[in-house]
Amino acid sequence: MASSHKPVIWGLFAAGGTVAAFLVPALILITCLAAPLGLLPADALSYARLHGLLQSPLSKLITFAILFLIVWHAAHRLRITAHDLGIRKDTLVAVIFYGIATAGSLLLLAALATL
Amino acid sequence: MSRRPYLREQSKSGWWLSQPRYVRYMMREVSAAFIGIYALILIIGVHRLSQGEIAYASFMASTKGPAGLLFAAAAMLFAVYHTLTWFQVTPKAMPLTLSGKRVPGGVIVAAHWLGFAVASAAVWLLVGS
Amino acid sequence: MSDRTIELEILRYDPEQDDAPHFQTYTVPCQEDWVVLDAINFVKENLDRTLSYRWSCHMAVCGSCGMALNGEPALACHAFVRDYPERIRIEPLQNFPIERDLVVVMDDFMEKLAAVRPYVIAAEEKDVEDGEHLQTPAELARYKQYTACINCLLCYSACPQYGLNDSFIGPAALALAHRYNLDSRDVGRSAREDVVASNPGIWECSFVGACSEVCPKSVDPAAAIQQTKIASSGDYFMKFLMPWKRK
Repeated sequence: MASSHKPVIWGLFAAGGTVAAFLVPALILITCLAAPLGLLPADALSYARLHGLLQSPLSKLITFAILFLIVWHAAHRLRITAHDLGIRKDTLVAVIFYGIATAGSLLLLAALATL
Repeated sequence: MSRRPYLREQSKSGWWLSQPRYVRYMMREVSAAFIGIYALILIIGVHRLSQGEIAYASFMASTKGPAGLLFAAAAMLFAVYHTLTWFQVTPKAMPLTLSGKRVPGGVIVAAHWLGFAVASAAVWLLVGS
Repeated sequence: MSDRTIELEILRYDPEQDDAPHFQTYTVPCQEDWVVLDAINFVKENLDRTLSYRWSCHMAVCGSCGMALNGEPALACHAFVRDYPERIRIEPLQNFPIERDLVVVMDDFMEKLAAVRPYVIAAEEKDVEDGEHLQTPAELARYKQYTACINCLLCYSACPQYGLNDSFIGPAALALAHRYNLDSRDVGRSAREDVVASNPGIWECSFVGACSEVCPKSVDPAAAIQQTKIASSGDYFMKFLMPWKRK
């Protein structure tokens, strides 16, 4: 048995889980539930406002870091869940879930670069 | 005297249904699916934002409606459950000793919820107003 | 509370005669202060002398009498009959092969326990004449909780990851490794790394937490493993950033 390389993935998982724990409930509330409940100013999520919000390098960096960590947290946890549900093709599952996380991260990177 | 140990089989996929604590564990794990999908939706949103006003408008339109609301409600429940369970385990993973005394786990958890309130307020101010 | 008549449904298995385990029911008049072990002893003494099971201290310090009571891993000497309904299902600990009746095969655990090197690995060997290793109360407090393990195996029985993958080193062994890693007299963390920080070591754990819930001595192996994950991750990254440093 040799020392594992898991710390890299686990570090991302732990960071992403922490970010998700602190930010996701508020984000869901604001982006999905506040508007229908009439709690949001009309232009809060407008194109103009959000476009402006994501112009600075700092806000791009923060946005990327947050979403990158969250999708990697989810990917790793779901890989474990697949194993817990008896799916034994761990390498295939890992490729699929980490692949989706990678694709999402690259899409985000490209989008932020374009903005 | 012959030994013939007997190995009892357990279900590889359904073992978690046998006890409430395992069901709660599985719910915690499944929360990641909702959180992950939500994050991907946000990523797609940023992508559509980068493609211009019309693309963004059609993205926003597609997230409305009963299906979107249902997903959001479910995602909210699971996200809060993730926060709850994540904060619960933090004192175990990182026990704190201040001036020779172990800080009670409850204090660490409470401090996290305080931080959560602050972070949520910050998100509201930045994104929602 | 008064004396009650309890039905014990015990899983029997005779390797010389049975193809598979089967339940056998015994009716036991229980006194109000009895533990389940007392009821099982009554069966052995009065009803069925062929029943096999491990027990010794009758006070939750030896770790011998672990079994599943109504599906929950417990020490039979620590489970009061008054806390149970009229029918108690008694099975050997889950996740272990059955040797006979309520006796399980512990060999896998014994190997894993030895593999984590559960002893002080000191910086220099000291002769007895040179005196003791000195340790402050604060240094003792850091690891004391993890010394309480009585090797009862309830945690392995409750752990679904051990059930899914029996190459997992497991809660008790990893908690004990943590006990030595935290001991100020010990410098063996890197020596244990090969086993502890391996894939079947701490990284097989997904923090279900059932182990800590069933532990009769409040060792909290789940906490031990998570702390080890953080420490190991620290070691791992330090190796890249400062490879010249060794513990």
